[in-house]
Amino acid sequence: MIPLVSCTNNTSDDEKKTLTIYSGRSEKLVGPIIEQFSEATGIDTRVKYGGTSELAATILEEGDKSPADIFFAQDPAGLGALEDKFTTLPDEVLVEVNDKFKSDDKKWVGTSGRARTVVYNTNMLTEQDLPDDMFGFTDPKWKGKIGWAPTNGSFQAMVTGMRKIWGDEKTKEWLNGINANNPKSFPNNTSTVAAVANGEVEVGFVNHYYLYRFLEEQGMDFSARNYHIEEGGPGALILVAGAGVLETSENKEEAIEFLEFMLSPVSQQFFASQNYEYPVVEGVKINPMLKPLADINSPKIEMSDMNDLQGTVTILRGVEIIP
Amino acid sequence: MNAIAARLNDWFYISLLIISLVIAAALSIPLIYLFVKTIGTGDEALEIIFRWRTFNIIVRTLVLAFSVTIVSALISVPLAWFLFRTNIPLRRLWLTLTVIPLVIPSYVGGFIMVAAFGPTGLFQSMLSSFGVERLPEIYGFWGSLIVLSVLRFPYMLLPVSASLSKLDVSLEEVSHSLGYSTFKTFFKVILPQLKPAIATGGVFTSLMVLSDFGAVSLLRYETFTWAIYVQYQSAFNFDVAAVLSTLVLLLASIFIIFESRIRKNELSSGTSKLRRSFSSYIDIGAWKTPVILFLTALVLLSLVIPSAVLFYWLYLGITTGQAFSNVLSMAFNSLTISLVAAVVIVITAFPIAYFSCRYQGKMSRFLENIVYVGYALPGVVVALSIVFLGIRFLRPLYQTYILLIAAYVILFLPICIGTMRNLILQINTNLEDAARSLGKNRFQVIARITLPLIKPGILAGFILAFLLTMRELPSTLILSPYGFRTLATGIWSATSETFLAAGAMYSLVLMLVASVPMVFILLKRINN
Repeated sequence: MIPLVSCTNNTSDDEKKTLTIYSGRSEKLVGPIIEQFSEATGIDTRVKYGGTSELAATILEEGDKSPADIFFAQDPAGLGALEDKFTTLPDEVLVEVNDKFKSDDKKWVGTSGRARTVVYNTNMLTEQDLPDDMFGFTDPKWKGKIGWAPTNGSFQAMVTGMRKIWGDEKTKEWLNGINANNPKSFPNNTSTVAAVANGEVEVGFVNHYYLYRFLEEQGMDFSARNYHIEEGGPGALILVAGAGVLETSENKEEAIEFLEFMLSPVSQQFFASQNYEYPVVEGVKINPMLKPLADINSPKIEMSDMNDLQGTVTILRGVEIIP
Repeated sequence: MNAIAARLNDWFYISLLIISLVIAAALSIPLIYLFVKTIGTGDEALEIIFRWRTFNIIVRTLVLAFSVTIVSALISVPLAWFLFRTNIPLRRLWLTLTVIPLVIPSYVGGFIMVAAFGPTGLFQSMLSSFGVERLPEIYGFWGSLIVLSVLRFPYMLLPVSASLSKLDVSLEEVSHSLGYSTFKTFFKVILPQLKPAIATGGVFTSLMVLSDFGAVSLLRYETFTWAIYVQYQSAFNFDVAAVLSTLVLLLASIFIIFESRIRKNELSSGTSKLRRSFSSYIDIGAWKTPVILFLTALVLLSLVIPSAVLFYWLYLGITTGQAFSNVLSMAFNSLTISLVAAVVIVITAFPIAYFSCRYQGKMSRFLENIVYVGYALPGVVVALSIVFLGIRFLRPLYQTYILLIAAYVILFLPICIGTMRNLILQINTNLEDAARSLGKNRFQVIARITLPLIKPGILAGFILAFLLTMRELPSTLILSPYGFRTLATGIWSATSETFLAAGAMYSLVLMLVASVPMVFILLKRINN
């Protein structure tokens, strides 16, 4: 691999800086690219891997004394939870990133995108059987056939997007409509995709990229595929994983350099080809199995519109979907 | 009054009290944390507490905890008796095989059960050729009951076995000489003596159900800890999580008080004769075959089927060219940290266990109850409480092995104290007094009389602490030094991103590594 980012060596002292990263993204997904960052820049890294929400809680618990320089989150909700703790990012970092994929207040930046999608069982359904629009799934003919993960961060991000696009009333109407069809609740995307493939449910509302790992491990016979809602809307949202630099960090310069590296073509190509994710900058090739971003009818919504998680949770509680 | 004055002049009592109080202070860190957090919450928390749904979750949690405890007892008590008292063949092997599943993380257990027994799982596809259309639904209460009972009954098995191996055989001999059958002797003589151990195993089991998240979330049975995790994972609402955790503690105290009642009633009226250990195994004759069938079924369900599913995923992964990195170093890390933690836990547990047995009173009752706190709470709450205090007051130790092990101690010390306490109470204090009157000091008495007599309890506690540390996740993730990877964190990382083959590989290695010290300990123990 060729390091494409030049070594900026402003510090003349011998003392090597060490960047502390709390990563809610798993080591399998980001470990190799973080290593490349160290090799390319000479900046040492130490990473704490964990769940996005647990690490966000840890940083909040640590308060001013947090050793973390960077919080690398799996979903916009995690980034939103720490928005107040992040420092404002310089424009150079953000300039190439599509507006959809960064915080309005320049507090954090998306590093890769994941599409909300409908995963369906290929033995039971074809794309023709699937509705053009998310409201189609409230039809009683889907009774007992839907799987979802209402406690999962990305599902809730989708609902936040729904509220922005549809308004609260229509969102509640959709949630109640799905609920009336007795959907099966799963704890996460993985178990939802697995349940769709083995026919336990026929469709599931998930992020796009879990399917490809199953295909990779279990072969192309794996009986599930993604369907991107044709009419678009909240069912076709693109969500980001991303990172921010903590206000309390003593290595802000190096931390910014890290973000720049994550947005460089090397890293973007890594996310796209290894993790089946969508790049957040132009000119990076996606995995050929994926539907190109341009062909997905994703709604025009900015990630900063996705801040009101509390409101979403209140609605989900109100319709008794989460405790 | 005189008794208290006498105690205060007793340096041994004082030092034991101080040590116990220091340990108890450490154990109450999560309690202090929750207190601070709960004070800071607003009306929303109150609203959540008094909702009908919260009440509903309490009932569901209690029903599951109670049922898992009953099923665990039904499996463990006869099993312990067959393995320790009868001439059942290959008992060491059976014991090892039945205890290993304790190390399987419950989210893996849940995922495996769905894959194996789900409505369209592996079994269903095998059975479909015999015309079985659909297996009964495994989700919800029944699935959670099966998974938690089958994987977690060693919580009951270990304390019961430890007690059983030190029971007074003379009572049984009397029973036999009066013409009672083996069967009747078991119910009339052995079972009543096992009650305290069953109560201890029961409180471990019910607290485990209270704090379990993985299995119940995959099997879709909503319990309290599940609700707490939802606050963390999706709502980022840490205050509400704290309030709900406080409620969990209140629930837990019901179990704890229940346990200490049973223990007190049973043991205070214990015999005062010198106890004799059994010398020969009971011949169960024709019962051998059904017992072996039962054991086989149990091992099949708790160990063979999960391993088979894991091997299947591993096989799929290998054929599609998956690579597995760092397995050896993770296995080494898991093994060393768990061994060190288990040793520390056993050493820390003894003073409290000894104090609470030998100096019964208000203080010991307080200690007995407070130690269970850590174990009842969801792991993430305990871990965050240590972050909260560690970063404010113990900064140099933060993110070091010392605080990590401290977390394990807070989490698993109660289990160890519990298994030791029942055995200390079985020792006749006359024995210790006699040794004292022969001019031995307190430490010599403990070293020569007490410790050897409670060895089964120490070993059972050690095994539990070791296996629980090995699979522990939230505090390992949050508190371990940078770059420290264990098999448990590897499994979590792989399964959360659908790297099933890697997850399977780490799980199988975890089971393998866990069984090494256990085989060693169990072999020695039974040879004695």
